[in-house]
Amino acid sequence: MRTLDELAEGPPHDAAPAADASVSQRRWRTTVGLKVLMAVTGVVLVTFLVLHLLGNLLVYQGPTALNSYSAFLVREPLLLWVARAVLLLSAVLHVGAAVLLWARDRRARPVRYRRVARRSATVASRTMRLTGLGLGGFIVFHILHLTAGIIEPVPFNEHDVYRNVVGGFSVGWVAAAYLGAMGLVGLHVWHGAWASLRSLGVSRPSPQPKHRPVAWLLALLLWGGFTSIPLAVWLGWVR
Amino acid sequence: MNFVLQLWRQKNPRAEGAFSRYEVGGITPDMSFLEMLDTLNEQLASKGEAPVAFESDCREGICGSCGVMINGAAHGPIGGTTVCQLYMRHFSDGEELVIEPWRARAFPVLRDLIVDRSAFDRIISAGGFISVPTGAAPEASSALVPKQGADAAMDSAACIGCGACVAACPNASAALFVGAKLSHLGLLPQGQPERARRALAMVARMDDEGFGNCSWHGECQAACPKSISIDTIARTSRDWSRAKLAAGRRSTPDRTNDSVSEP
Amino acid sequence: MELNAKIPEGPLPAKWDQRLREGHLVGPSNRRKYTILVVGSGLAGASAAASLGELGYRVHCFCFQDSPRRAHSIAAQGGINAAKNYRNDGDSIWRLFYDTLKGGDFRSREANVYRLAQVSNQIIDHCVAQGIPFAREYGGTLATRSFGGALVSRTFYARGQTGQQLLLGAYQALERQVQSGQVRMHARTEMLDLVVADGRARGIVVRDLLTGALGSFAGDAVILATGGYGNVYHLSTNARGSNATAIWRAHRRGAGFANPCFTQIHPTCIPASGPHQSKLTLMSESLRNDGRVWVPKRKGDRRAPCDIPDDERDYYLERRYPTYGNLAPRDIASRAAKEICDEGMGVGPGGRGVYLDLDEALRRIGKSAIRERYGNLLEMYERITGEDPYRVPMRIYPAVHYTMGGLWVDYDLRSTLAGLYVLGEANFSDHGANRLGASALMQGLADGYFIVPNTIAAGLARAGPSPLDPEHPAFRDAERGARAKLDRLIASRGTRTVEDHFRELGALLWEHCGMARSERGLSAALERIPVLRSEFERDLRLPDTGATLNESLERAGHLADYYELAELMCRDALERDESCGAHFREEHQTPDGEARRDDQHFAHVAVWEHQDGGRPPLLHKEPLSFEAVPPSTRTYK
Repeated sequence: MRTLDELAEGPPHDAAPAADASVSQRRWRTTVGLKVLMAVTGVVLVTFLVLHLLGNLLVYQGPTALNSYSAFLVREPLLLWVARAVLLLSAVLHVGAAVLLWARDRRARPVRYRRVARRSATVASRTMRLTGLGLGGFIVFHILHLTAGIIEPVPFNEHDVYRNVVGGFSVGWVAAAYLGAMGLVGLHVWHGAWASLRSLGVSRPSPQPKHRPVAWLLALLLWGGFTSIPLAVWLGWVR
Repeated sequence: MNFVLQLWRQKNPRAEGAFSRYEVGGITPDMSFLEMLDTLNEQLASKGEAPVAFESDCREGICGSCGVMINGAAHGPIGGTTVCQLYMRHFSDGEELVIEPWRARAFPVLRDLIVDRSAFDRIISAGGFISVPTGAAPEASSALVPKQGADAAMDSAACIGCGACVAACPNASAALFVGAKLSHLGLLPQGQPERARRALAMVARMDDEGFGNCSWHGECQAACPKSISIDTIARTSRDWSRAKLAAGRRSTPDRTNDSVSEP
Repeated sequence: MELNAKIPEGPLPAKWDQRLREGHLVGPSNRRKYTILVVGSGLAGASAAASLGELGYRVHCFCFQDSPRRAHSIAAQGGINAAKNYRNDGDSIWRLFYDTLKGGDFRSREANVYRLAQVSNQIIDHCVAQGIPFAREYGGTLATRSFGGALVSRTFYARGQTGQQLLLGAYQALERQVQSGQVRMHARTEMLDLVVADGRARGIVVRDLLTGALGSFAGDAVILATGGYGNVYHLSTNARGSNATAIWRAHRRGAGFANPCFTQIHPTCIPASGPHQSKLTLMSESLRNDGRVWVPKRKGDRRAPCDIPDDERDYYLERRYPTYGNLAPRDIASRAAKEICDEGMGVGPGGRGVYLDLDEALRRIGKSAIRERYGNLLEMYERITGEDPYRVPMRIYPAVHYTMGGLWVDYDLRSTLAGLYVLGEANFSDHGANRLGASALMQGLADGYFIVPNTIAAGLARAGPSPLDPEHPAFRDAERGARAKLDRLIASRGTRTVEDHFRELGALLWEHCGMARSERGLSAALERIPVLRSEFERDLRLPDTGATLNESLERAGHLADYYELAELMCRDALERDESCGAHFREEHQTPDGEARRDDQHFAHVAVWEHQDGGRPPLLHKEPLSFEAVPPSTRTYK
């Protein structure tokens, strides 16, 4: 006869998988930890976006207001570079965590379904990785355009941000790129802001957990605010 | 009623699977989806063909044994039910149904529509319990539990462990399953002493089993036959983060206890 | 066959303490030397495996499902009784004992039932500590409700999912022991035979349902907690996989089978809708708290229920049983439904149904209160039937639900075989001829958490740790026998499917050994069953999937045992020439159709001993004596 232990040829029902050894060492790198990290860095980035928007809206007060704001930033290099370092770090962590999770998710479902009926996922939630990728590319472009002045649709003037902006947005393809990118910002923030608060566990339980007033507010504010500037330039309200 | 079925057939975990097409007739609207499959199997058996292997036991929607993807939706299109309690009156005559097993690395296909969900058992055994040896319990009425707390705990405790959340999740994440158990026990005063340890252990095991992460699509909640809320996943994040922070402060994880009357 | 119940000396309330006091113990450091095999992972099995693991025994637990959490205890809806008297309504251990004994129509053992009532309170304590989310009052105290057969409110519940919650509690305790290494869990594993050597249970033969591999496990004790045999009727409220093979094999190896004819028919099930029906679904009896049962007074009244005015409705339970009314015990309510349908008053397809009407309660306490109490049950009803129970009265009909009979056990839950213990529905012990609602969960958990972990020690201590040599011929023979039986089934090349044969046996048994039995019907069934059985053996067609995962093969194996079991049930029903509890012999009724018990000749447990070589089983009798409560006529009028 075969005795009890021989019977279990494959891994027994209650056996732990081999990867178990890493549990104690892996500290924050669980799926939940990575999502917390993405949420924290996401909050930092969205906070920056809100501040950035407030700064940008100075464009409506004319060249003096906007240029003196940017001059103020340049006068405080410590503040500027600390902020840039924090942003860069956040972006790197945010993307890094996203990549790790993405790789994990790919492994988690090796065989795809033949047919998929989505009931709850939104365009925004399903395209977070794409919109994120698009935003990454856009940020590089944006920095090359308005911060470093390497891409010059119109001649770049380091001390006249207002001209750079208005001049840039007067060029059709530049304005289109910005408008498109702001759509991505809206989608990404609409899902991201809502998801971040839940990943941080700070949202309150609700009978309709998919209602998202904060996310709507932020997404509309950022999308609308940023979009208004190229539009205003294009319509000739700001010149 | 008649149906055209596109069914996943796979002989064993190592074999290549493929879809096979079947036509099944003689179905009445009062049949459950599984009774429709029974009918198919009787028809296959009388032709001497191998019946389609699928899992079921109680057939009243509580044991959690059954579950397949029907046209891309876990437990079928209507929501809030398991396939054993899904009736053919919800489909239209002549419809083509694509029937697939749950798909996840952590749920390997054993045969046809049967998958191995023992990963769920291992997640529970990692910490999804209250450690109270038989005989050690105090008198039942010694701790009062506010009705709201008990009701919220029951909402989460209703999980039947069918795996539809994993199947429906684009990332094959088990976050809803884990969140349901953490919420059930974490919302009751009895669950407080082990709350932090439980969150750490169950999350770690969930990851080791190879499930994906939660991206807040909400598909799990939509597929859950017991309509368990994704709020439970937020609670997982909170419990886990607090436990981590507390552990980081080198205090005992037990100090992360907090108020129970959450909702 | 020796039937010594080993009931401790002393007055009824002191007996359990007496047993605990006098029992032998196994020292903590010695417990790991003993291996205990627990078959089944429902309330009784999971709680026993977890508790024995906590004590330090080496435990192997087996279930045929893919996870222990799926055992059919999970489907129990209504609740669990306990004598807490939280409602101050005059409840006590004595009253729970009395109600259970009376509910069982004085065919159970006083000492066992009293112990069950004593332990009931500990169960609630333990389950609350485990985190079972029992229903609560606004003040935070535990809520209770009343149930059939009782005038007090002593049933604790977790919505309509009490069984699920209690099972998950036991399952979690079990998984905790799995994690600590005390318990090895073997899912998708079915027991095919019991290994007996020198009159002692020494192990089991199992089949891995995935691979089809046969194997054996040796142990110092075997615990069967495999549930009841209601599926012998083909259609019942049991899960599809529930089966009698484990207890039947144990019976064939020498364990006595007690009162096999005592099967409970549950009054509130959803009527079958057609021949394709794969199982019947129960609606919790608790609905009878707020629902009124009625049929039209006029025969063949085809009007919609809401068009029938109140004075043309027959609230027959309230009419016939004024005190208990709609809360009359299960057997009485079931039979009353059958009689009224036999008279032609039944409603729905085929006239096999009666109304269960929530209308009065909806007007009294409102829709939200009803939803709070029964929400998920009513949703389930609507999903199955497509009718809204808040607006249209539900249709219900009785269905086989629970088997009070089972393997005979003594006070320590040991069967007639040394080393073989039987828990929960699989044994016969506590419910007599009829089980009261919300008592099955109580018994399963009492047996598993509190009784067997204490009583098993004495038997183990006496025998000492002595695992049987794996080369012992007993293992080889049992495995060979199991393999031969499977091979025979696999080799069958007939034309009829398993379900086809199964339906025929089930219909025969339901007809003649169901709610009402008669000498004529039972004798006819006894002649017919062997014929059906030989047809099954001759003309069976199994799909050619061989020895690996093969549900038809499993079901054919179960069915092969059901033929023998069905025969024993009919034999027992014929032998018990009286009406008691769920066992209603048409020859023995009062002029107004109530059961007439015969205490002079039948106040005993009928225990059947299997005989090899096709000889008829032997009947042994364990006399029942009632010292504390003299048997009275069970009246719920």
